Amino acid sequence: MPKATNADDPDAPDGVQIDLISGERMDGMATMEKIRMILDGVHDGNIVILEEGLTPDEESRLIEVTMSEISPDEFNGIEIETYPKSKANDSSLLGRIMGGDESAAKLTVIGPANQIETLHKDETLISALVSRD
Amino acid sequence: MGLFTELKDSISRVTDRLFSEEEPKRIGIYGPPNAGKTTLANRIARDWTGDAVGAESHIPHETRRARRKEDVEIERNGKSVTIDIVDTPGVTTKVDYEEFTDEMEEDDAIRRSREATEGVAEAMHWLREDVDGVIYVLDSAEDPITQVNTMLIGIIESRDLPVLIFANKIDLDDSSVKRIEDAFPQHKTIPLSAKEGENMDEVYENIAEYFG
Repeated sequence: MPKATNADDPDAPDGVQIDLISGERMDGMATMEKIRMILDGVHDGNIVILEEGLTPDEESRLIEVTMSEISPDEFNGIEIETYPKSKANDSSLLGRIMGGDESAAKLTVIGPANQIETLHKDETLISALVSRD
Repeated sequence: MGLFTELKDSISRVTDRLFSEEEPKRIGIYGPPNAGKTTLANRIARDWTGDAVGAESHIPHETRRARRKEDVEIERNGKSVTIDIVDTPGVTTKVDYEEFTDEMEEDDAIRRSREATEGVAEAMHWLREDVDGVIYVLDSAEDPITQVNTMLIGIIESRDLPVLIFANKIDLDDSSVKRIEDAFPQHKTIPLSAKEGENMDEVYENIAEYFG
């Protein structure tokens, strides 16, 4: 992954870095590796976009780890948006047991809570405002 | 998670439930901050045990540690269930101490935000490990389609936990129970006002029937 832009670094480029991470790259990663990669990017002020989103268990752990890293005046947490799952993709209990739910592709946008604001979201569009601190 | 690990976990959860039939079921009260979780937990606890669970407040994150009220026996229409009510902090992905500085000194606001983050982390951990069912409380005057609500409901579904959605604050003018029913049609939604005690008969009927 390229070196992230750091808002505190005077030599850093004047802009917001966006990391678009493919499903293929995420496939080989353990849950905590994914979470570390996401939060390291967000801590550096980046917007992280996941091609295939996270599983519910990974989302749960992402919230848990994010909470443990919040610190006054340094890191307020994350904004996260995912397309709602299409009703056509709703799976049965059997489907979930067989792992069908795990592979449902859904794009997810994650960014620092103090820099990203969701303006609009529906089934086909996530519109976000990103400010530079 | 692999197929066999998942199957093993599913079977284990089912057998755990079968063999712990006599044990109180741990029902976690989850939802976003300020939905009225503690007000509901207190209402249930007072109605069936005479004691409250914890303090209520209009300031977000008043509940910063999960609190448990044990052995609450609820009976309605011939059905009964004994539950441990676990009142959890409101789940969120961000906590900014400056949100509290209008109401308190900065040091207190920082302490409150630190406790809140620890409480949310604990609540997420317990959702994966330590609850048998979930009461998901939403403020019916607010838009229920938020990322946190969608994620939490998805996490609860992925763990095959039974869940009842409670549309709280129906005493407010902007309340819309239908908005919640439309947002999560796959789950039963029960309207109530925990603060005013409205519709609590239906609440207890559903708890006794669904978790019993």
